[in-house]
Amino acid sequence: MELICPAGTPSALRDAVAAGADTIYCGFNDETNARNFPGLNFNREEMRTSVAHAHKHGVKVLIAINTFARAGGLDVWKRAVDDAVEAEADALIVADVGILDYAARRHPQQRLHVSVQAAAANPDAIRFYVEAFGARRVVLPRVLSIAEIAAITQNVTCETEVFIFGGLCVMEEGRCSLSSYVTGKSPNMDGVCSPASHVQYRKQDGLLISRLGEFTINKFAGEEAAAYPTLCKGRYQTDQGAGYLFEDPGSLDATTMLPGLRKAGVAALKIEGRQRGRAYIEQVVRTFRQVLNALDRNLPVPTDGLNALSEGQSTTVGAYRKSWR
Amino acid sequence: MQLTLGPVLFNWNPDQWRDFYFRIAEEAPVDTVVVGEIVCSKRSPFIADQIPTVIERLVACGKRVLLGSLTLMSLPRERRQMAELAETKDFMMEVNDLSCLGMIGGRPFAVGPFVNIYNEAAAAYFASRGAERICLPPELPLPSIREIAAALPEVAFEVFSFGRVPLAISARCYHARLNKLSKDNCRFVCDKDPDGLAVLTLDNEPFLAMNGVQTLSYACTSLLGEIEDLAAAGVRALRLSPQHCDMVAIAKAFRSVIDGKDSAAEAARALSQIYPIPITNGFLYGKPGSTFTVNAGARK
Repeated sequence: MELICPAGTPSALRDAVAAGADTIYCGFNDETNARNFPGLNFNREEMRTSVAHAHKHGVKVLIAINTFARAGGLDVWKRAVDDAVEAEADALIVADVGILDYAARRHPQQRLHVSVQAAAANPDAIRFYVEAFGARRVVLPRVLSIAEIAAITQNVTCETEVFIFGGLCVMEEGRCSLSSYVTGKSPNMDGVCSPASHVQYRKQDGLLISRLGEFTINKFAGEEAAAYPTLCKGRYQTDQGAGYLFEDPGSLDATTMLPGLRKAGVAALKIEGRQRGRAYIEQVVRTFRQVLNALDRNLPVPTDGLNALSEGQSTTVGAYRKSWR
Repeated sequence: MQLTLGPVLFNWNPDQWRDFYFRIAEEAPVDTVVVGEIVCSKRSPFIADQIPTVIERLVACGKRVLLGSLTLMSLPRERRQMAELAETKDFMMEVNDLSCLGMIGGRPFAVGPFVNIYNEAAAAYFASRGAERICLPPELPLPSIREIAAALPEVAFEVFSFGRVPLAISARCYHARLNKLSKDNCRFVCDKDPDGLAVLTLDNEPFLAMNGVQTLSYACTSLLGEIEDLAAAGVRALRLSPQHCDMVAIAKAFRSVIDGKDSAAEAARALSQIYPIPITNGFLYGKPGSTFTVNAGARK
């Protein structure tokens, strides 16, 4: 299985190449990609030299153009497609039907992957992307069990790719407006979720209060580690009491699911985290390289290296285990 | 400007569901009604027997009927259900997921608000595949709506204009989780909350509404004050999403503003009596969806 690693900067890309990634994914420094954070991502020149560097080391580069294009502003997204092709990206990761249509017509030879933001969660949806735009791979939303992933993979003519580590969307990707409801900034339109620019921490009555926009997302007592106020991982209350109604703070770690994913026929495994620092990327990539090498030789899978890197020290295998639902 | 009644998003008692539509058919000044369970396939069997009767009544009263598809389909059973729905020749399907496109087989269809159409290129693609009506995503700001509608004058564009805003869909059922039940054995606990279960912040501020696998806003969107702007932008229909309140009265309030009989402010006062929930319209202004902006340009 191909190991796909994130890179938010050219230096992170070089680290990931050195640490054993098969493939790197990254994006341009504008609203066309779903990790549009300040100080992150690649300008055109950096993209060209980074792709060349990766190719020199036998590593592929996928360029994510995976936000939904702004009406009246399509040229920004079309230019990103043209420039990614010119930079010799091995594939483009696209979510917007309008942009997929453009890329397929304008660059018929270019390999296209369907972004997780396109929410293609069953064989019929995937078939649509294959037939309409010649998509060669689909990144599956984090709402499916291993058995469902196996059934999908057997029933479609393109490859499937899944997330195995990092941030975990609890809602189906590409169909969540929680962030724009609270901050005006959405994953689909702006490439951000629960952006740091709208986060506030406040101390009150011995509690640390985390807020996003105008809403309190969580309160922590003195000894409790304060998680980042991602909306779907906040603590809220109903008439039945308070708690993590949607999901606990924490992140995805599907290391234990890797044998099942391999058996399911998944072509590629993706690590989330283009916003992460170099040290983190280097360590995660190196660890997963070891895990996959062990798996290939039918050796026991080492799992200890990743625990310290997970948010809030707590991890889940998410929807891969059916009981998560 | 036309009015569309969106599908009931909540798990209503089947008899209540049927009676709701009977009354809509006879009394509500809406042009189009979307029928069907679009949130959770486990609820579908409860209303299955009622659907033909409801459709018959709606048609007899001159309403255009659309058949709403599920939003998230992962089970083979769900895909079979949708394939059957797509074969219904007499009524257009309102597609809430792209997987339905291959099932429709070239017939005209409508697109629901859960398909990501954010620009004129995506809208044009769906129009080329046979989309005649498109309800745009609720988070779209007015300038985007204007661009899209201007590019495709042949398509009837619709905007989510009343109701708690659907904000997310998940594989996980939050109602089941809250009640410490598995999704497969959920005992249909969401039926206790026919208007969604209020989710408050730890400061007791109303925030969201839980509806099984769906999450909505606690506050209610109302674009009563923006009807003229929407019409000027080329929007042809306003979508009213059923809440557990007098939806006939809600439809009449919107109709009275469209027809120029009431001012937006008068209708808004009536609406606040019919459905006393905080009102928002932020998405249309490109602001947080949870905010409300007074439309200074609205006719008083």
